[in-house]
Amino acid sequence: MSTGGLVRWAAVAIAGAIALGLPWLAAAVGDPALVPLGARILVAAIAAASLNLLVGQGGLVSFGHAAFFGVGGYVVAILYEQTASGERLFGLLPGAGDLLLTIPAAILFGGLTAAAIGALALRTRGVQFIMITLAFAQMLFFVMVSLKAYGGEDGLLVRRRNTLGGHDMRDDDAIYFLCLACFSAHLFLTARVVGSRFGRVLEGVRQNERRLAAIGIATYRYKLTAFIIAGMGAGLAGALSANLTRFVSPDMLHWTKSGELLIMVILGGTGALAGPLVGAAAFIGLETLFSGWTEHWQPLLGAVILGIVLASRRGLGGWLPRGKATS
Amino acid sequence: MILFFEQTLNGLQLGVMLFLLAAGLTLVFGIMGIINLAHGSLYMIGAMASAVIAMRTGSFGLGLLAGLGAAGLGGMAIELGVLRQLYARPHLDQVGATFGLILLVDGLATMIVGRQPLFVAAPQALSGAVTLWPGLDYPVYRLVVIGVGLLVAVLLYLIVHQTRLGMLIRAGATHRETVRALGVDIRLVYTLVFGLGALLAGLAGVIAGPLVAVQVGMGEQILIGTFVVVVIGGTGSIRGAFLGAMLVGLVDTLTRAFAPGLLKQVLPASEADALAGGLSSIAVYLLMAMVLLVRPEGLLPAQGQTQ
Repeated sequence: MSTGGLVRWAAVAIAGAIALGLPWLAAAVGDPALVPLGARILVAAIAAASLNLLVGQGGLVSFGHAAFFGVGGYVVAILYEQTASGERLFGLLPGAGDLLLTIPAAILFGGLTAAAIGALALRTRGVQFIMITLAFAQMLFFVMVSLKAYGGEDGLLVRRRNTLGGHDMRDDDAIYFLCLACFSAHLFLTARVVGSRFGRVLEGVRQNERRLAAIGIATYRYKLTAFIIAGMGAGLAGALSANLTRFVSPDMLHWTKSGELLIMVILGGTGALAGPLVGAAAFIGLETLFSGWTEHWQPLLGAVILGIVLASRRGLGGWLPRGKATS
Repeated sequence: MILFFEQTLNGLQLGVMLFLLAAGLTLVFGIMGIINLAHGSLYMIGAMASAVIAMRTGSFGLGLLAGLGAAGLGGMAIELGVLRQLYARPHLDQVGATFGLILLVDGLATMIVGRQPLFVAAPQALSGAVTLWPGLDYPVYRLVVIGVGLLVAVLLYLIVHQTRLGMLIRAGATHRETVRALGVDIRLVYTLVFGLGALLAGLAGVIAGPLVAVQVGMGEQILIGTFVVVVIGGTGSIRGAFLGAMLVGLVDTLTRAFAPGLLKQVLPASEADALAGGLSSIAVYLLMAMVLLVRPEGLLPAQGQTQ
């Protein structure tokens, strides 16, 4: 095994140990707030990683990824609302309050929404693709704002977290470990997708789509599939977020949220598989740090982002050991 | 009928505002290949500078000068300090850096002006209304806005298609290297084009002052609409931006005005209002989706552009 490989495995082992031991670490340093902070970072990292499949792998800069994140969140909140009230959606679908049902439902709806938006948006490319994905996400944002039955602008409370196979998830440690498990599973699956033949075609789309088309590969179908997979990942993240914060609102779909996800991808660097985690940790970490410092944390964050993008071509992830599948 | 006529005028007025913004955005994109999310920030800078100066001095004219100056200079500073380093970089980096710029400019604006919206009065000479039709009184200020927008559209068309600068702009958009080889300082052209775009955004901000609440966040709100305009019209084309802006302005205003009434025929009033609010916010995006289904490049894309 090469030195690079060793360093890589050592980094993964250390990160894994910190992630697994976080609740005890937090207790040891006397700062229990680190656990929900860690869970927030993991959830954001799932969403950013799903976006990175499009951006890093396929070169498809989607600026509406928060739409699928929001859809995942609303699926959880609406299903919860229905169990709480006992009403059926359209007189047909019953509610659900168990993660074994709500998470697959959120993933499904994230994917369906992505299929609808992707089918249209992928007819364009480049800067038009950026603007169209942004506009479609805003459209969904306004839909949720105007749906008074689901809270409208004020959003919806999820009074109690979903159970997991009947198991209570009220404990912060329990939900943290759920997020960690979902993050690990998502990372594993993403690595498999990236390393597969499908991943290589996607890589080819980024490098030279015309050449792929010339050798007879229907790139549209590959791009749409990637868009749907990414939407499903974001749906998962949204479902976790709704459980974590026990609240959903149209802000989850707002374009600034999409921008934040893109910034996480950029900060982490698009090349490395672990980039989105690094980017999410950096973004949420800086946000938490600055907002604890000063009321004017936003311009500070903006300046730091600007500086990092201008100074580095590959984000903070430029210093990460690169995954072999994406090198 | 009179209501329809009035709302059509309102739609035109929104349309020319959007055109002022979209023209700058699409010029900058078409020529420099830069996607500038901070374009809305220049609009906000123009609106705020003019509002503050107009309130201090009581003169709308001085406010106009201050707004144009602040937006123009701010735009040049952004081009020289930030965007110049992004020309050769991927769109992703441009999105990242200009998103950072938005946070920065919004934050600075909050520190300087505060979070409270500023309300600006229309200039004395343009207050009041004229009777356009028996029963239709329309505010003079809004008519002037429409006139200014149309005038700028004509001027811009002439600049791009009849002057030497316009020739360089058009040539630089498609054959950058050739233009440079002919001894033209393309960097200077870029700075001028960006300054022109910033000036137009600032002008939109200044004349929006008496029509909307001037506050932090106003730039981002209108930016999304501007994107829709550019996509519908076709990137890089001034004529496309004009057509797109008029369509979006009219569709948005007319659905906003007439959707609640139509929906109230079938729904309870409160729900109809909420749904109509949503529908009219969505209408322009639906329009965009339909245009793209038929013409993915937009209605009037710039000729000779390779995407």
